[in-house]
Amino acid sequence: MFGTAVIVFREMLEAALIVGIVAAATRDVPKRARWIVAGVLCGLLGAAIVAGFTDRISQFASGVGQEIFNASILGIAVVMLGWHSIWMSSHGAKLAANARNIGNAIRDGSKERQILLIVIGVAVLREGSETVLFLYGIAASETTGATGMLMGGLVGALAGVVVGYALYAGLLKIPMRWFFSATNTLVLLLAAGMASQAARFLIQANLLPSLASPMWDSSALIADKSVVGRLLHGLIGYDSRPAGMQLVFYMIALIAILIGTRWVKRNHTHVAAKPAAERGNIPAVDSRTV
Amino acid sequence: MKAFLLLIFMLPAFAWADGDEILITLKNHRFEPTQVTAPAGQKLKLRIENKDATPEEFESDSMGREKVVPGNGSAILFVGPLTAGKYSFYGDYHEKTAQGVLIAK
Repeated sequence: MFGTAVIVFREMLEAALIVGIVAAATRDVPKRARWIVAGVLCGLLGAAIVAGFTDRISQFASGVGQEIFNASILGIAVVMLGWHSIWMSSHGAKLAANARNIGNAIRDGSKERQILLIVIGVAVLREGSETVLFLYGIAASETTGATGMLMGGLVGALAGVVVGYALYAGLLKIPMRWFFSATNTLVLLLAAGMASQAARFLIQANLLPSLASPMWDSSALIADKSVVGRLLHGLIGYDSRPAGMQLVFYMIALIAILIGTRWVKRNHTHVAAKPAAERGNIPAVDSRTV
Repeated sequence: MKAFLLLIFMLPAFAWADGDEILITLKNHRFEPTQVTAPAGQKLKLRIENKDATPEEFESDSMGREKVVPGNGSAILFVGPLTAGKYSFYGDYHEKTAQGVLIAK
C-alpha cells in the first residue's frame, strides 16, 4: 500500500503544482473555484479514457503515438499559459497599483476561465492517465488487491493535493504589490518547462534531433528522482541531463512570452496613461484585458 | 494551433530513417535481457515488448526516457546519442523486479 501511495503521489505532484500556481494566478477571476473543479473532473475523465486507449495511442504513428500525444498536450498547455501570462501583465500591473481595491476589481474573466479549465484539465489528464494505468496493474495482478490499491491511491492523491494547496496558500500570502509579478513569473517558467518536456518527447520519438545530448549532467548535484529534483521539475522544468533541443524550446517559449508581455504592456500604458492619473474610481472592469 | 498540430502529425512521415532496433522483452515484470550492449555516439532505437497482461512504464533517469508499454503490447522509443558508459533502466510500475542496464561502447 505504501509503495502505491508513493508512486501515486509522484505522479500527482506535477499536476498539483500546476493547479496550485494557476489557481493562485487567477485569484480575482469570479467563480473560478467551480472552473478549477470542472478542470480536474474533465482531466480525470480524460485520464481514464486515455488509459483505456493506451494500446491504440501507442500504435499510432508507427509506435510513437504516445510521444506525439504528450507533446501536443504540452504544446496546448504552453500556448494557454503563455496567453494567460501576456494578458495578465497589463491587468496585473493595474491591480498592483490599486492593491487595496483588489476585492472590488472584478474582471469579466471568461477567457481566463477557459484557460483555467484547459490548463488544469490537460495537466490532470497527462499525469492522471499514467496513474490510472499503474493502479490498474496493481489491482489486476498483485497481492495488494483492490483495497490496498484504493487506500494507497487515496493516500497518495491526498498528499499531492496537500502540496498543491500549500503552494497555493503560500502564494496568496505574497503582498499584492508583488503578487502578479510573482505568479506571472511562475506561470512563465511553468510554460517554458513544459515546452522543454514537449521537445524531449519529440526527441524520444525521433521527430527532432537532440542536438547536444546531454547538454550537461547535474544529476550528481540534484537527481531527477530526488524530492528537490521533482519539485524543480514541476515548477521550472528542471532536467538533470537535458538535450540541447530542450534548451532551445525552453528559451523560445520564454522569449516569445516575454516579448508578448512587453508588447501588451507598452500598448497598455499608452492607452491607460490618462485614466490612471485620474484614479478616483476603481477601474473595475477593463474589457480590453480579457 | 491547427498549423502546429498539423505539423506535429505530419512529422512521422519524415522521421524513420533508422537501422537496427534493440529488442528488450518484459515478462513476469522482469527485463530480458537484463543487460544490452549498444554502440555509443549514435541514436538507438529500442523496442520494448511487454509479455505481461498489465501495462508497464519503461523508465531511465540516465537516458532521460519514460514510456508506457501496454499489457501484451510493444512500444518503440529512441535514445541517445549516448556517450560510452552504463545506463540503467527500470519498470516504473514494478521497480523491484524490472531492472536492466544498457552499456554503450
